[in-house]
Amino acid sequence: MSKAVTIFIDGREISAFEGEKLLWVALRNGIYIPNLCAIRGKKRPSGSCRLCYVQVEGRSEPVTSCTLPVKEGLSVQTRSPRVDRLVRSAFELLLSHHRLDCRSCAKRKSCELLKLAKERGLKMRLSRLAPLEHEWPVDDSAETFVFDRSRCVLCGRCVWICREVARVGALGFSRRGIRRVVTTFQDVSMAQSRCTECGLCVEACPSGALYFKEGKQPAAAGQNLSRGG
Amino acid sequence: MRGNAAAVQERYLKLKAGADARVKALYSEPVIRVGTATCGIAAGALPVKEAFARAVEEKGLPAKVIEVGCMGHCYAEPLAIISRPGFPSLCYGYLDAELAARLVEDFLINDDPCYEFALVALEPNDVFPTFSDFPRGVYEQKIVLEHCGFIDPGDIDHYIARGGYGALAAALGKNPAEVLEAVKASHLRGRGGAGFPAGLKWEAAVKAGSGEKYVICNADEGDPGAFMDRGILESCPHQVIEGMLLCAYAVGAEKGYFYIRAEYPLAVERVRRALEQAREKGLLGKDILGSDFSCELEIFQGSGAFVCGEATALVRSMEGKMGIPATRPPRLAEAGYRGRPTVLNNVKTFAYVPPILNRGVEWFRSIGTEDNPGTAVFSLVGKVAHTGLVEVPMGTTLRQLIYDVGEGLANGKAFKAVQIGGPSGGCLPESALDIPIDFDSLQEAGAIMGSGGLVVLDEDDCMVAIARYFLEFTQQESCGKCTFCRLGTKHMLDILTRITEGRGEPQDLEILEELAEEVRAGSLCNLGATAPNPVLTTLRYFRDEYEAHIFEKRCPALMCKELIVYYIEPQRCSKLCNVCVGSCPVEAIYTREDGLKAIDQEKCVKCDNCLKTCPPDYNAVIKLSPPGLLAEKEGKRP
Ligand SMILES: Cc1cc2nc3c(=O)[nH]c(=O)nc-3n(C[C@H](O)[C@H](O)[C@H](O)COP(=O)(O)O)c2cc1C
Ligand code: SF4
Ligand code: FES
Repeated sequence: MSKAVTIFIDGREISAFEGEKLLWVALRNGIYIPNLCAIRGKKRPSGSCRLCYVQVEGRSEPVTSCTLPVKEGLSVQTRSPRVDRLVRSAFELLLSHHRLDCRSCAKRKSCELLKLAKERGLKMRLSRLAPLEHEWPVDDSAETFVFDRSRCVLCGRCVWICREVARVGALGFSRRGIRRVVTTFQDVSMAQSRCTECGLCVEACPSGALYFKEGKQPAAAGQNLSRGG
Repeated sequence: MRGNAAAVQERYLKLKAGADARVKALYSEPVIRVGTATCGIAAGALPVKEAFARAVEEKGLPAKVIEVGCMGHCYAEPLAIISRPGFPSLCYGYLDAELAARLVEDFLINDDPCYEFALVALEPNDVFPTFSDFPRGVYEQKIVLEHCGFIDPGDIDHYIARGGYGALAAALGKNPAEVLEAVKASHLRGRGGAGFPAGLKWEAAVKAGSGEKYVICNADEGDPGAFMDRGILESCPHQVIEGMLLCAYAVGAEKGYFYIRAEYPLAVERVRRALEQAREKGLLGKDILGSDFSCELEIFQGSGAFVCGEATALVRSMEGKMGIPATRPPRLAEAGYRGRPTVLNNVKTFAYVPPILNRGVEWFRSIGTEDNPGTAVFSLVGKVAHTGLVEVPMGTTLRQLIYDVGEGLANGKAFKAVQIGGPSGGCLPESALDIPIDFDSLQEAGAIMGSGGLVVLDEDDCMVAIARYFLEFTQQESCGKCTFCRLGTKHMLDILTRITEGRGEPQDLEILEELAEEVRAGSLCNLGATAPNPVLTTLRYFRDEYEAHIFEKRCPALMCKELIVYYIEPQRCSKLCNVCVGSCPVEAIYTREDGLKAIDQEKCVKCDNCLKTCPPDYNAVIKLSPPGLLAEKEGKRP
């Protein structure tokens, strides 16, 4: 067991274990820090969404809290002008590649993008950027759920849970750069893939990219294994 | 100390004596050294070598023709050095088969060294200037490139005869901690781009505890325009091998890898051969030189993605995973390849280590500047007269590098900017030419040392287009993992494309600048974090060019196709000449009633052919920007 330490988040004194990542300490203590790609239980954080920035005392540049190990006396602010600017920018960048039609989105009640926007007072529309195009059609081949990549934010939670929890490995990342995408082996449709339709990925997805078809939501729904524990 | 120091030294001296004798025997007869690194081969070195060999054979001469690497004077390639007892060794450039045959006949048979074709003599003499008689020789100081182009990279004895592996033999008689101390005290900074002190990195691997450790040489070299690492591996692989072995000894590793991009087949081949020869001589493998230090080195061929040069992505790709950067901590020195402590350094970083140990920390620190000891190695390319591989002390100014070492601009054009550090670097203007070359000064000016590509740009280069070119490279090479790099560089590129195509809007510059700053601060790895540098520096130093594109739809360098038109000046055009008509691929040029030529703008695809083919006597074809100037010109048609 690692050592207990005392740290400060927004001036609040908090006890934590040395080496834990700051993001989880904050969330556990009811302090919100925007995040999409953080997965509890994943050994090395992927650090890809770039939303979890905080300002560490003594450092000029903001730091991602999902990769920041806490140590005795660590003091951070969850907000600062530089943090806010990076969060606003990362969020708008993600929105620029995300089909924005919240009213028709099946996930509008649980959408973490909407939650993030509300928490940080951000708009669900583009102010500086032009929307980018999507090349993937909606995949509704599975019995119980739909995969709409035009709403995917590439957080990787579905990939992780499919591999590490469901132990199926139907989903993975493929391609590089702007074409990076979550897909099946050889890009076959979900129905043709090795997917068992366990539904874990749908629950893990923070956005409207994966959602259950009408009336197909499994009974035990509502627990998000990539976030709990 | 590992084993018996005296016995190790004795074994080394035996190797050295053998090598000395072989090399001496070789040079007791004439030797022709032909530069056959990739640069030489591209310029036609292999037929030249054949011609030398054929001439020597035909004349029945005892001379030997051997291959050497790159001397750094790539502009004058193919190059050869002819050594004949009784004469100074002379270097000849711009060779072809005919000249090769003639040199054999005139120099080796008729005692006429053909000074008119010689570039430089290697040893001081009374008849012909040596390197130090040229401005370049005055500024150049070679540590990493010391042997490059002078020894046969395929023959380990050539390196040993010049003292090679002496540093290793001496180190094996000392404590590993002493080697580490020397590298730390030398303040050697990593030459792969960021300039992190090598000694501290090695020390972290030592502190990570005992057990399996790895040493990796980063030869991924993906920057467009950079070829230093390739040149070194092709020209003097043993110096890098020796450096890696010294590192392995210092940190306690018994296994190392060369990570070489697969696009460098010749480098791979020469390193492979060098490793074999080192193994045969007992300089690699088990119980090196009879000590109890064992180390194996292997080659790993990278698939060539630019991002695989990034430390964590490189290690992942070696582990068979996708070459995508990972978050830190942990650092490689704590948990790298296969989760074990790993030291990753650039080719040049390792190559500095043997000379540092041989000549001492004081010597090394006397070269360069206080915080940036040693030299900087650049591939000097672009619109500079003398392109090539150059090595100058840190602290040399950019002006000295370009005007003295590189002999100024090619074709008498005016200097505009120098691009340093490739796609992660920046473009510096005339006013920055007097800053000293070192990691910190370049960074302050907005560029970076990078891994050493240096591109000279002249008045014909549009700075917006250049920024776009580099950003397009990084955008395409982005692994796509993190938000800022994947999407931020895409939006930046879209904006730049719009600007160069004349569709820029007044607010674009502000958005571009904001995005650039955010991508810099927000990206996960240095690919994204440095990608905005070409844009930020051009915005800082050449903002007027951006403004001309946006507000006047004008490209000042007359480079951006959408913003120029081709026009034939009737006053200069001749009725007697037709060449442009034939050169046009789309038949856009027609003959007017008065016999002069004119361009049908509807058809013109702006291929530049007519401008190139119009004879210098007329120079009648010009480019106009903005295209609106055409109406004015045509209104004045005589
Ligand atoms: C996108 C990217 C590409 C890189 N490519 C190279 C490369 O080709 N060669 C290299 O030595 N370092 C490269 N680096 C730097 C390495 O990550 C690492 O810092 C370096 O190899 C360490 O060696 P050094 O300390 O000797 O400089 C690259 C970094 C990034 C972010
Ligand atoms: S900065 Fe670019 S290359 Fe680096 S991890 Fe992010 S997306 Fe990949
Ligand atoms: S949660 Fe930290 S980068 Fe995504």
